[in-house]
Amino acid sequence: MRLYLKYFSIHVRSLMQYKVSFFLTILGQFLVSFSAFLSIYFMFLRFHEVEGFTYSETLLCFAVVLMAFSIAETFARGFDTFPAMIGNGEFDRIMVRPCNEIFQVLASRIEFSRLGRFAQAVIIFTYAIPKSGVVWTADKILTMILMILSGVVIFSGLFLVYASFCFFTLEGLEFMNIFTDGGREFGSYPFSIYGKEVLRFVTYVIPLALFQYYPFLHLIGRVDNPGYMLFPLLGMLFLIPCYAFWRIGVRHYKSTGS
Amino acid sequence: MKKYWSFFRIRFSNGLQYRVAAYAGISTQFAWGFMEILLFRAFYRANAAAFPMEFPQLASYIWLQQAFLALFASWTLDMDIMHSITGGNVAYELIRPMDLYNMWFTKNLAMRLSRAVLRCMPILAVAFFLPNPFKMDLPPSTLQFFFFLLSMAIGLFIVVAFAMLIYITTFYTLSPLGMRILAISLVDFLSGALVPLPFLPEPVRSVLEVLPFASMQNLPLRIYSGNISGDEMVLRIGLQLFWLAVLIFTGKLLMRKALKKVVVQGG
Repeated sequence: MRLYLKYFSIHVRSLMQYKVSFFLTILGQFLVSFSAFLSIYFMFLRFHEVEGFTYSETLLCFAVVLMAFSIAETFARGFDTFPAMIGNGEFDRIMVRPCNEIFQVLASRIEFSRLGRFAQAVIIFTYAIPKSGVVWTADKILTMILMILSGVVIFSGLFLVYASFCFFTLEGLEFMNIFTDGGREFGSYPFSIYGKEVLRFVTYVIPLALFQYYPFLHLIGRVDNPGYMLFPLLGMLFLIPCYAFWRIGVRHYKSTGS
Repeated sequence: MKKYWSFFRIRFSNGLQYRVAAYAGISTQFAWGFMEILLFRAFYRANAAAFPMEFPQLASYIWLQQAFLALFASWTLDMDIMHSITGGNVAYELIRPMDLYNMWFTKNLAMRLSRAVLRCMPILAVAFFLPNPFKMDLPPSTLQFFFFLLSMAIGLFIVVAFAMLIYITTFYTLSPLGMRILAISLVDFLSGALVPLPFLPEPVRSVLEVLPFASMQNLPLRIYSGNISGDEMVLRIGLQLFWLAVLIFTGKLLMRKALKKVVVQGG
């Protein structure tokens, strides 16, 4: 942990060398997700509701996904640049160090520019939490915290899988984007609106719905079963196969020799 | 002119080499297109009367958008150019007896076209044979199709001319990242890449439709399905040409200014 803090401060200091660009990037990140928000806003301005979900309920869902994604992205972005790390032999250096590989990849890159997205999520929360009509009892608050935590874990797991594929292909696989970026983009709306097949897929294959849809139903009072609160915990188990896949990848790793 | 043409050909065939990347991209774009249509279908079911386009028109819009993503995507900027500015290699390009603006313009045109050529056919071919809510329609007439092609070509030129402005600002800021993200997010929203412009409320929409961003993908994709036709279509294509001229003129002007006092970075 102390080592991580050390890395952390190095990243902060190196960023501060390019202040203007850093703030422009944060602003840009903010605007990117702001335009996603605008799309939702305008769609609801026209249609008022979708599959029975209202505007403020959807915003709650949007904010949860956005926040989980931005946290995961800030800390796990090292996996996103992993193809480069394999390509230039950096990973060989990592493997000879007496320290966990995942830790080093995580620490190699901390993406503070994602704060823009995070800020966006916070702002939307401050709007949507009072507006959504949810009575904020202790179990509702707990549900939401679990949703965000589980979201961070699942998105990080997806980044880990993305990186693990590189052991076999040596380059990033674009189709993973549909789960990470797509999960964020389409996760702005409760997954049920895409129909049964999609919902089934994001429940059993890539368990995005476990932190987004089912606990959300409990949150807005659609179902009265407190068991739905626990779905996010189930979702966190997703990290286990992801980690196993990573282990297989590491064992399979042959240096690119550059 | 001949040198730009051969430069274009080299870049074009260069871009055709990345086939595996293209095939990987295609599957992503399929999934993306499906999800997009499912999303709009949910809204269509919620309130069909409020839907501003006919549903098949929307399906065509989305599939064309996915098929020609490489032509219009705001984020495919040429990193080589960025690096040549921040890294100092631009000095070598300045020595060559070619106009830098035209050369970069050609390079970008070729890059985008070669990517689109690899990707569009499989996506379109499948999209025509999908079952109904997803199916892509043929354009209403041959004439309409001709105008679609024309407007798409101008749109592509506008996208490249706009990207040129981003490259040129790198001469001033030297760190392209912030500017890039800012520009990308603006263009994505204003051009109708996120939500087709007809879905926006009236006052916002009428302003956006005059801006150059609406001349990028919005116009050709809506001409295809007949959402825009007749006199309105001709008028809008005129507007497209106007914006193209403005963008190229501004780009060349800024470029000349930047090159007058360019500081070559690095060694």
